Amino acid sequence: MKFDTPAGQNPIDQLKHVGKPIDRIDGKFKTTGTAPYAYERHDVVANPAYGYVVGAAVAKGRISRIDMAAAKAAPGVLTIVTAESAGPLGKGNFNTAKLLGGPEIDHYHQAIALVVAETFEQARAAAALIVIDYARTAGRFDLAKELKGAPLHSEKGKPPVTKIGDFDAAFGTAPVKLDATYTTPDHSHAMMEPHATTAKWDGDKVTLYTSNQMIAWSKGDVAKTLGIPKDNVRLVSPYVGGGFGGKLFIRADVILAALGAKAAGRPVKVTLTRPMMFNNTTHRPATIQRIRIGAGRDGKITAIAHESGSGDLPGGGPETAVSQTRLLYAGANRLTSMRLAVVDLPEGNAMRAPGEAPGLMALEIAMDEMAEKLGMDPIAFRVANDTQVDPEKPERRFSQRQLVQCLEQGADRFGWKQRSAKPAQRRDGQWLVGMGVAAGFRNSMAMKSAARVALDKKGIVTVSTDMTDIGTGTYTIIAQTAAEMMGVDIDKVVVQLGDSDHPVSAGSGGQWGANNSTAGVYAACVKLREAIAQKLGFNSADVTFADGKVRSGNRSFALTEAAGDAGLVAEDAIEYGDLGKTYQQSTFAGHFVEAAVHSLTGEVRIRRMLAVCAAGRILNPKSARSQVIGAMTMGAGAALMEDLAVDTRFGFFVNHDLAGYEVPVHADIPHQEVMFLDEVDPTSSPMKAKGVGELGLCGVGAAIANAIYNASGVRVREYPVTLDKHLAHLPPVA
Amino acid sequence: MTMPVTLTVNGKKQTLEVDTRTTLLDTLREHLHLTGTKKGCDHGQCGACTVIVDGKRINSCLSLAVMHQGDKITTIEGLGTPDHLHPMQAAFVKHDGYQCGYCTPGQICSAVAVLAEIKAGTPSHVTASLTDAPRATNAEMRERMSGNICRCGAYSNILDAMTEVAETNA
Amino acid sequence: MKPFSYARATSPAEAAAAVARTPNAKFIAGGTNLLDLMKLQIETPAHLIDVQDLKLDRIEETKDGGLRIGAFVSNSDLASDARVRRDYGVLSRAIVAGASGQLRNKATTAGNLLQRTRCPYFYDTNQACNKRKPGSGCAAIGGFSRQLGIIGTSDACIATYPGDMAVAMRLLDATVETVRPDGAARAIPIADFYKLPGSTPHIETALVPGELITAVTLPKPIGGTHIYHKVRDRASYAFALVSVAAIVQRDGSGRVAVGGIAPKPWRVEAAEAALPQGAAAVTPKLLAGAKPTHDNAFKVTLVERTLAAALIEAKG
Repeated sequence: MKFDTPAGQNPIDQLKHVGKPIDRIDGKFKTTGTAPYAYERHDVVANPAYGYVVGAAVAKGRISRIDMAAAKAAPGVLTIVTAESAGPLGKGNFNTAKLLGGPEIDHYHQAIALVVAETFEQARAAAALIVIDYARTAGRFDLAKELKGAPLHSEKGKPPVTKIGDFDAAFGTAPVKLDATYTTPDHSHAMMEPHATTAKWDGDKVTLYTSNQMIAWSKGDVAKTLGIPKDNVRLVSPYVGGGFGGKLFIRADVILAALGAKAAGRPVKVTLTRPMMFNNTTHRPATIQRIRIGAGRDGKITAIAHESGSGDLPGGGPETAVSQTRLLYAGANRLTSMRLAVVDLPEGNAMRAPGEAPGLMALEIAMDEMAEKLGMDPIAFRVANDTQVDPEKPERRFSQRQLVQCLEQGADRFGWKQRSAKPAQRRDGQWLVGMGVAAGFRNSMAMKSAARVALDKKGIVTVSTDMTDIGTGTYTIIAQTAAEMMGVDIDKVVVQLGDSDHPVSAGSGGQWGANNSTAGVYAACVKLREAIAQKLGFNSADVTFADGKVRSGNRSFALTEAAGDAGLVAEDAIEYGDLGKTYQQSTFAGHFVEAAVHSLTGEVRIRRMLAVCAAGRILNPKSARSQVIGAMTMGAGAALMEDLAVDTRFGFFVNHDLAGYEVPVHADIPHQEVMFLDEVDPTSSPMKAKGVGELGLCGVGAAIANAIYNASGVRVREYPVTLDKHLAHLPPVA
Repeated sequence: MTMPVTLTVNGKKQTLEVDTRTTLLDTLREHLHLTGTKKGCDHGQCGACTVIVDGKRINSCLSLAVMHQGDKITTIEGLGTPDHLHPMQAAFVKHDGYQCGYCTPGQICSAVAVLAEIKAGTPSHVTASLTDAPRATNAEMRERMSGNICRCGAYSNILDAMTEVAETNA
Repeated sequence: MKPFSYARATSPAEAAAAVARTPNAKFIAGGTNLLDLMKLQIETPAHLIDVQDLKLDRIEETKDGGLRIGAFVSNSDLASDARVRRDYGVLSRAIVAGASGQLRNKATTAGNLLQRTRCPYFYDTNQACNKRKPGSGCAAIGGFSRQLGIIGTSDACIATYPGDMAVAMRLLDATVETVRPDGAARAIPIADFYKLPGSTPHIETALVPGELITAVTLPKPIGGTHIYHKVRDRASYAFALVSVAAIVQRDGSGRVAVGGIAPKPWRVEAAEAALPQGAAAVTPKLLAGAKPTHDNAFKVTLVERTLAAALIEAKG
């Protein structure tokens, strides 16, 4: 189905199922431990051998000697895979560094061997017996140093700097201006399920039970890396224990499990150990961002520039931290650019809301600082600079843009009036208390997505797609969509996800999963409705599906009859025209935070959080709300604690476990409130939905930082805002 | 090196010959195929492997099977099944106290144990007075659940689920 | 993890003798730190003696009005004990400030005393560490040292003792009771229990090989207001950046010990005389000779400010 004109009235608008806060259909499996994840497929793979990954002990260099004699002779060892034994391997389109290194080493903990043994304990013990000597070479590990002289980054075919008007002139003459630099550190996805794969070969075909967000991309990359036809690769990933971008692409577990199973001649399962994940896999790259804003005394922005620098391995890409700045606020004179330094740290790549997450952490502090300079309320300043059109292309409107409503309704709800404009004014015992706000912004992306829908003689509707549920609630919203379209109850819908044998979906990433994958199911259901109508001799334009029946005029059949013994199947995809070019499709939020800073120790505690979101139709308010509170929690981590510490001498992330890399725990997170504004976006898809999974993260870090400033009066521009950064400026010890 | 060990898991006696190195967690997952108990870090830093041993919650990743000779172990599978959910499991579903589901069994085992610990009067870091009995307040439950990391960030909903169960039990 | 044999001992003396006579043997109690380290091959025992059957799991009152805590008493049971909560609140507070409920249910009194450092370079076997591999160097010096020590450290090691319970025990003048492989018992004042690294950071305590901790005794209660203020980046389930244990009497006199800054719980009795004058008077004496790194210089300020907070809390 081609979607190239805004959606009119359609069966989804009945909202009998879609839009309802129903419990997740997979909930009873997840809560009883019966949902199977990649490393625990005893149901489909009997007696796998265990693979244990050996990671490089240096960040850059070459293996000069590898002695595997003791490991090979160790009890239970079946085989050892190395780059040498594996032979030539390709590199996936989505990978920057090789997944199996050696003899050249590209980054710390790059996988260089897999030991396969009868048991996990044997494989782990034998892995420690491999003796490896390295010839280290010098690496580039210090981002700030490497950014000096790093080139401007240019996206394919586009100029490296976006310029509108004359920024320099306008900034130079602006009566009120800000020029500040902000830094965000490297972040780790730290999803709870480590990367894991169980591999099984049948002849020259391999089945990989894995944990992956993007099945089709990854199937292609497995084939490319192993040098085998795509048709010989099957990926199965029905449950994904968190991804956040870290499982968009195949990682070492997938390739090594496949190679290990081939070499051992039996199924092999491989998981990355937690201490290895931080350096072996990808991370959100650190940024150094300079923001300049010039405004008139009326609070109208006249000049805005956002320049960001980040680093990655050779051939990698930048953290696109400036992208929201091109769209979020008005202003006639604009400039953005990105520099990309080559660093030899582990591979940088997408993490939840890539670009906007760190970009808004900086931009939305800058807006707070600028409001203060102007003597304006931070909400009023943002409202004054709202735009309903793309500031770079004023002929291009936003399809929907309720940022002002998000901020103003949120202000009412949160009690923003209680905030003191002057910082460090409110005390509660030893604590200083403040409030902060930030805008949230993230684009809505259109991605082709296919599904197959089958109706059987019992009236069961089975939806199959390679779409994944990474905790996002996909199973449930797809069931709601199919129930709505086919006129059946939710319990008559079976949803099968995450199998590359199913039609190719949009996958889970970039907060595009919900809208596109359900739109794909919509398209397949439309086709199935037509098939049913045709079979019954109905005019498909004049058919209703409700209560397990299909009706046309005064004629009505049960779906079970319509299906017949053979059943009916339809498959289709949603494909998009250029509505996404005609309109700027984005999602918006207002984030509100109350935070307390201990006046003596500098400890920070978040007291309240509210997000007001405008993101198109909300398909399931319960699971959508969970997406937003989860993202707010991740934002709390980014604001307060998350920081992969770089050892610039040896080139690795030092705090590479969950004790060293702290993420928020229960005690860090207060009650969180989420409001969704009424919105349908007919330009987005027949579902009229957009995404919320990343919107909830965008801006929340800055709202926290701004609340801390409002509490303490100390402005910290280097994330995370840990106590050591403001301690010396807090009130003196009495 | 292997040794025999007998455990009672979810009421069922299990006798196995295990490598001395095998953790209680891997015994459950790899030998008994009770994969509801999850391995998130294998180092006591996440809580996904939480099980209840002789009435107390522990991290099964930091315990050897051979240390549990004769012990009674309750895993998530022993609390309830998809057709007969434990009240805490049902409350997690109702309040959407999970997303990806991977930390969920550990959260639920901890949640059940936490309410019991509060009833038993065990103090926590946020208990105002060490000599008074703690109550199932938000702050108490949040602090006590802090050994169970949820990267999806379902904390606020987990608290709602626990509050409902605590109020029902009160 | 290297293969090892496993046995349970039935008496403390037998356990000590078994560890002494078996090459590369270690005791295992709760296992929460030892197994963590064994998985990374930081610890590689060939034999484990499990002490869970030694009946060291009781808390008893001593003749002089103190408390004798069995080595195998779990952190949870110790923190929950009504006598500890009433008379040694700082100990209860310190314990529940550490780790998680699950870990405290398994971790034991003796095991917690022997908890090893959380220095990330100690934990990464690819990095030089004099504590893990004597003579290999110290990668932490000049590296990421935000969590590491500011005082009592050496040119060979800047790791900290990471625990909380021992900070309170140091404050309470606890005594560590042991049995040696020859069956002889001894009592080690906790002030003498931990060794500073000097040039031998792998030697962390006064215990001799095979020596088994059987109990920790606390002298009779000294009253006062008990405070344990632990400062960390997240609100729970994290090691201390700085923790302050204090007992403050009505006249403002008292005791103070600090965690998170040194290779052992840090207490300078001579500094305590200044407590009535406040944190600013105590801290220079408490931290005399401190050598912070660039990354952890803030801890000097933080000790003073956390002590100030603790003294305010003590006033109520």
